[in-house]
Amino acid sequence: MRLIRELVFPLIAVFAAFLIGGIIVLLIGDNPIEVYRLMISSAFGLFDALGNFTFDNWGYTLFYATPLIFTGLAVALAFKCGLLNIGAEGQLYIGAFASAWVAITFSSLPGWSLIPLAIFAAIAAGALWGAIPGILKARFGAHEVINTIMLNFIAVGLVSYLTQNHYKTPGDPIMQTVPIADQAQIVRFHGLLSPLGIDFPQRIPLNITFLLALLTAFLVWVFLWRTKWGYEIRAAGASPSAAEYGGISVRTQIVLAMALSGALAGMVGINEVLGYRHRYYHDFSAGYGFAGIAVALLGRNHPLGVVLAAILFGALSRGGLFVDIFTDKVSKDLVQVLQAIIILFVAMEALFRGTFSKFLPAPAKKA
Amino acid sequence: MTDTNIIEMRRITKRFGAVTANRSIDLSIPARTIHAIVGENGAGKSTIMKILYGFYSADEGEIFIDGIRREIRSPHDAIALGLGMVHQHFMLVPPMTVLENIVLGAEPGHSARIDFKKAEDQIRKLSDDFGFHIEPRTLVADLSVGQQQRVEVLKALYRGAGILILDEPTAVLTPQEVEEFFRILRGMRDQGKTIIIITHKLNEVLAISDNVTVMRDGQVVGEKTTSETDAAELARLMVGRDVLLRVEKPAAVAGHPILRVSGLNLDRRLKDIDFEVRAGEIVGIAGVEGNGQTELIEVLSGLLYPDSGRIILDGQEFKGATARRAKEMGIAHIPEDRHARGLLLDFDLADNSILGTHYRAPAAPSAIGLIDYAAVHHKADRLIRDFDVRPTNSALPARALSGGNQQKLIIAREFDLHPKLILVAQPTRGVDIGAIEFIHRKLVELRDAGTAILLVSAELEEVLSLSDRVLVMYQGKIVGEVDPQNVKQAEIGLLMTGGKKEDETK
Repeated sequence: MRLIRELVFPLIAVFAAFLIGGIIVLLIGDNPIEVYRLMISSAFGLFDALGNFTFDNWGYTLFYATPLIFTGLAVALAFKCGLLNIGAEGQLYIGAFASAWVAITFSSLPGWSLIPLAIFAAIAAGALWGAIPGILKARFGAHEVINTIMLNFIAVGLVSYLTQNHYKTPGDPIMQTVPIADQAQIVRFHGLLSPLGIDFPQRIPLNITFLLALLTAFLVWVFLWRTKWGYEIRAAGASPSAAEYGGISVRTQIVLAMALSGALAGMVGINEVLGYRHRYYHDFSAGYGFAGIAVALLGRNHPLGVVLAAILFGALSRGGLFVDIFTDKVSKDLVQVLQAIIILFVAMEALFRGTFSKFLPAPAKKA
Repeated sequence: MTDTNIIEMRRITKRFGAVTANRSIDLSIPARTIHAIVGENGAGKSTIMKILYGFYSADEGEIFIDGIRREIRSPHDAIALGLGMVHQHFMLVPPMTVLENIVLGAEPGHSARIDFKKAEDQIRKLSDDFGFHIEPRTLVADLSVGQQQRVEVLKALYRGAGILILDEPTAVLTPQEVEEFFRILRGMRDQGKTIIIITHKLNEVLAISDNVTVMRDGQVVGEKTTSETDAAELARLMVGRDVLLRVEKPAAVAGHPILRVSGLNLDRRLKDIDFEVRAGEIVGIAGVEGNGQTELIEVLSGLLYPDSGRIILDGQEFKGATARRAKEMGIAHIPEDRHARGLLLDFDLADNSILGTHYRAPAAPSAIGLIDYAAVHHKADRLIRDFDVRPTNSALPARALSGGNQQKLIIAREFDLHPKLILVAQPTRGVDIGAIEFIHRKLVELRDAGTAILLVSAELEEVLSLSDRVLVMYQGKIVGEVDPQNVKQAEIGLLMTGGKKEDETK
């Protein structure tokens, strides 16, 4: 029952967005039903246009969802401590670069140690970058929103400098590092499923990082709701003065929550560098850090909600490409419009609660 | 309806969702009287007055003012009908003068220029007529709380109020100020005003009112002429059963000193505090709120660090202790603000039952930090059962409980620490009479079990009846110790205000 209650508003928001998006499509002069059919089939369909079975749709949808799960979790965790982490974007760049740096620099190490080391580098670098605004807030009371935004710029500047001046293949016109060591590549679903006789195409970049993301979501849930550290972070977020009374140092929790949030954002680098491009490619993030805010909001700051919302946003990205190509007038910007409307509606939730809450099931009563 | 009733409310019903706050209320208030409305929290007394003042509109029922049926849709309508309301929390702008505060929202003069001269003359006249002793050009920030309250009353009178509604007006006043205030109220009544006073203090009802209406569960359960009733009867009507109004306690058997405080200083908020609390005694601190009591409690609970001074707890140096360390040393704390400090309102009762002990066994027995929720729920259920917290569902958020039940949960949790010393601040604020009786009994039980108790309360009555010794605080200093058995209210009131009458005409 509680699950239904929690799901109602995000679902209303999504449906309302599609409704309004449909009107916009109609005004542009395309058939909304056709556009949505195309969007859904290209994101979730199991068969291609010729009727053949395909992994492409789900494969890409989940691949696009992977970074959003991490950034959504990052924003949600910080939010549970009462912090708004706008800096996931910077944290993921730092994490990705650190991961690439390890996988390039220690290329003599065997895969079984290099991969964990590169993963650790992404996590640690993200945590460090997240901890900075945490410390600034805990020590000086500087607002984390301002500082995380500022650190985004610094992060991008820093990694582009390092890429341009130290880690690029000489003469390469593209802003990217040299490739990482071969043994540092993590296995894609192709490699994972072929021993089972399933032919998951090699070209789909969906890799183990997606499974790692699901595992991470579960661990974040356990951490927040089943451990004493999670209790302290949530208490500090719910009521700093009550937390203080309970012997919890709110300052410590702020630093800890920001570091963990940054670590989660940094894990985007695992997917990007070790699983997908096998190098650090500058400007790779399509605003994952900012989309993470929307994902956390839609997912009601709950790990399960974040996973579902990330998959929805992944599907929209995938569907948007097809809408762009296969419709006459509608461009992939429709996806941006839909995302924006979803967020608007989610943000208006307080408004709905008053009006519609009487139609909802009563709060769960446990014996 | 007779024409002597200035207010007649008939069959007023007001529902908030599934809750009926007022059920078919009939209320008649004769002109030129002081009428008390008493009841526990949630009895509906504020709701009925907010309906009268136009904050809420009734679902059913009629209101007659001066014998004429009126629709009161907003406070604006109410003011036009000669009603004025003084809220528990003052709505004054401190950096502005009394004059500016009073005319705010009812500025005289027709152009952009405000005719302050005219307003000042009017206010001076009102102040003189009713003996307010308020100088219109004084800044509100420079006034005492009692004087600020009079400004609020002046504000209503300036707007032409013939009927005044006062919501818990004495909550913030010292005993002297209460007397002064009552004198003014009687004067106003004698000059033709009608006064409605909402309160839960029975002795004040008996002291000031002509008639009293008792409410319980949204209904009127008694209407009495004050001279023909007494506190016991009113309490019985309010609670619905017999209530023990006096705390019954045997004499304290005080043991060795548990808490020793010497030379404690904090900013200018605590000055050279020296005292001790022994095992098995309740030491009360009397004082007007804001005279350092809060700071003293927070220093002793590890939430604030003093600038200097020594605190010894049962032979152990307390220096530099955090809130966690304080609890580990055996200091429990029932905080004055249970919403901000005592509870995590959005967390369930189980999570709240481990606040402060969440990091160790039995809540988190293992090194990997997992909380054992089976044990936590078990503990919560035990506390709920032993302290009669209702509803009994440990999965409900703390926010869903009434004030009294929230307080019982906090007390249960803190008692469960088996402390050497317990700091108790405002234990019965906003708590209904039934729960007050329960809380007082539990505190005395804990005392008799040998715990040292330091009690701070704004209710002088409570401090005097519970404590074995009473210290009086004024401006961050302990200015005296009195014997609660034999002290006169006037004497302690004098100490609470610095030993001299405040300057009324500053």
